[in-house]
Amino acid sequence: MKSEKKYWLDDSRNVDKIFWGLCWVCLLLVLPDLFYHRHVYFSWEGWTGFYSLYGFIACFGLVLLAKQLRKIVKQKEDYYDS
Amino acid sequence: MTVNLIPGSVLIFGALLVPLIRGRLQSAYLLALPLLSLYFLLGLPYGEYGQISLFDYTLTSIRVDKLSFVFGIIFHFAAFLSVLYALHVRDNVQHVTGLIYAGSAISAVFAGDLISLFVYWELTAVSSAFLIWASRTERSYRAGMRYLIIQVTSGLFLLAGIIFHVQESGKIAFDVLSLSGPGATLIFIAFGIKCAFPLLHNWLQDAYPEATVTGTVFLSAFTTKLAVYALARGFPGTEMLIWIGAIMTAFPIFYAVIENDLRRVLAYSLNNQLGFMVVGIGIGTQLSLNGTVAHAFAHIIYKALLFMSMGAVLFRTGTVKGSELGGLYKSMPYTTTFCIVGAASISAFPLFSGFVSKSLIMSAAVDESHIITWLVLLFASAGVFHHSGIKIPFFAFFAHDSGIRCKEAPFNMLLAMGLAAFLCIGIGIFPTPLFNLLPYAVEYVPYTTTHVLTQLQLLIFSALAFAVLKRTGLYPPELNLIHLDSDWFYRRLPRLVWEGLCVPVVRIINQGQASVSGRISGMTITIPKSWALGQMVLLIVFLLLSFLVVNFWYR
Repeated sequence: MKSEKKYWLDDSRNVDKIFWGLCWVCLLLVLPDLFYHRHVYFSWEGWTGFYSLYGFIACFGLVLLAKQLRKIVKQKEDYYDS
Repeated sequence: MTVNLIPGSVLIFGALLVPLIRGRLQSAYLLALPLLSLYFLLGLPYGEYGQISLFDYTLTSIRVDKLSFVFGIIFHFAAFLSVLYALHVRDNVQHVTGLIYAGSAISAVFAGDLISLFVYWELTAVSSAFLIWASRTERSYRAGMRYLIIQVTSGLFLLAGIIFHVQESGKIAFDVLSLSGPGATLIFIAFGIKCAFPLLHNWLQDAYPEATVTGTVFLSAFTTKLAVYALARGFPGTEMLIWIGAIMTAFPIFYAVIENDLRRVLAYSLNNQLGFMVVGIGIGTQLSLNGTVAHAFAHIIYKALLFMSMGAVLFRTGTVKGSELGGLYKSMPYTTTFCIVGAASISAFPLFSGFVSKSLIMSAAVDESHIITWLVLLFASAGVFHHSGIKIPFFAFFAHDSGIRCKEAPFNMLLAMGLAAFLCIGIGIFPTPLFNLLPYAVEYVPYTTTHVLTQLQLLIFSALAFAVLKRTGLYPPELNLIHLDSDWFYRRLPRLVWEGLCVPVVRIINQGQASVSGRISGMTITIPKSWALGQMVLLIVFLLLSFLVVNFWYR
């Protein structure tokens, strides 16, 4: 087998770097909440980290609930063929 | 004096000549048709004309106003992109039906009366089914049949609704219909089926992933957005639509998370995007209706782009199952880039098209104090980023290396994707030309510090959630499974009732007969051996008959 070009992402340490980079970006995005007064419609919308927390919980919850949903609705691939 | 052609007719009649031409000339002809059709559209003055007398009624075949015009424009864009993407296909059936489908959707948008609308409504249904059958497999044949039956059912509801409506009001004009009386209600249901309302939705996820690589791109643009147009025309400000739309944004994304077929994931997310548009129609303010139209416009392009990128993957590797793909960025770097642009657009990242269009609807929800709806939409926004923005590119192009090595997509596919990606970014950075096309004057600034910041917070933290779930192993693996959805009620329930109830009952009758009366009369009841599409057709006939009966009774 001919040796293939090694890609930057093939190294798992680089994937770790992306993950920690993402964490830093998240931190940087929450910081402005502490001193920048956002233009808000509802008072609770202005809470520090409201959007960040909402996004995180929404996705986390979405996946966990979807996993439960799978337990109820899953069938074998040929379910409709039989 | 120039002749005012019905918009779309160039495509419909032009399509019929396609089989007569071959090779490069055919390619040039295919590309020229949408451009020619667009040229004729741009020359049309605003107003209602093209009146045709049919029995006692006067049909208005052309109505150009701001709402129909903007949908006409985007449908032409979609037709051009789809044709370009399908240029390498050597299958005239797909070229012809694709163009007729696009043309009839365009004609439907410009139909000024309900009867013309019905004619084109049915024409889109029939022509689009061929794009599914063109896969030429047993699976796609059955899926196409189911699709057609449901589309035709929608047409039946529309026809029945029109008959009632005309009896009630004596008018056939397609204007705002208030949701009172059986006529408008039936029309509303007809639109709802095509718009994939919750529980009426599953034809979409069932059929679209079974269509050909190029056919799905056509399909993604027209049918559902025609329904969005029809709802925006007929039922703006119908409060029920806010709830229906909100459920539509949230409910399909759970399925999208666990679905393995990436084109089916896109079909679920298409359903979710329709939800945003339906909410906009339901709120019914100028801002929200603008939002619906803008979102439909942006959505058609980025959804086509996403379907194109997954189509390219299917075309080159023979599969779009998340469980079998991965690491394709090495083989298909351009497709990967275009897919990410589409993913960023649907996720409404700043500088991409979804950001400027979706925010109109979100703002309208806030302005009218629909707090719960707004929270649901915000949840759906995070969710859409999760399954379309991350899941699609991640499992196809990154994740673990599947070892698949293939060629980059054909040049015409790359060109179509590149053009769509260009439009996604173009609209995201310079939204003014799009805003100028909208039905009402726009006084909305999408790029404010607050808006950009909050949107980025929402999205990047959603990405963080995905990364954490993935690293902790909590993320559900991609598995080859079927997830039961509302199609179960027409694909399996009738058979279960048939086998569990009807067959045993008939058998008991037969046995009783044999012992008692059988010898006298010689009668038996035969049980059909298999459950077939015939029963579905029976259902349609039953529906037709019931409309007839109800109609007599109503008079």
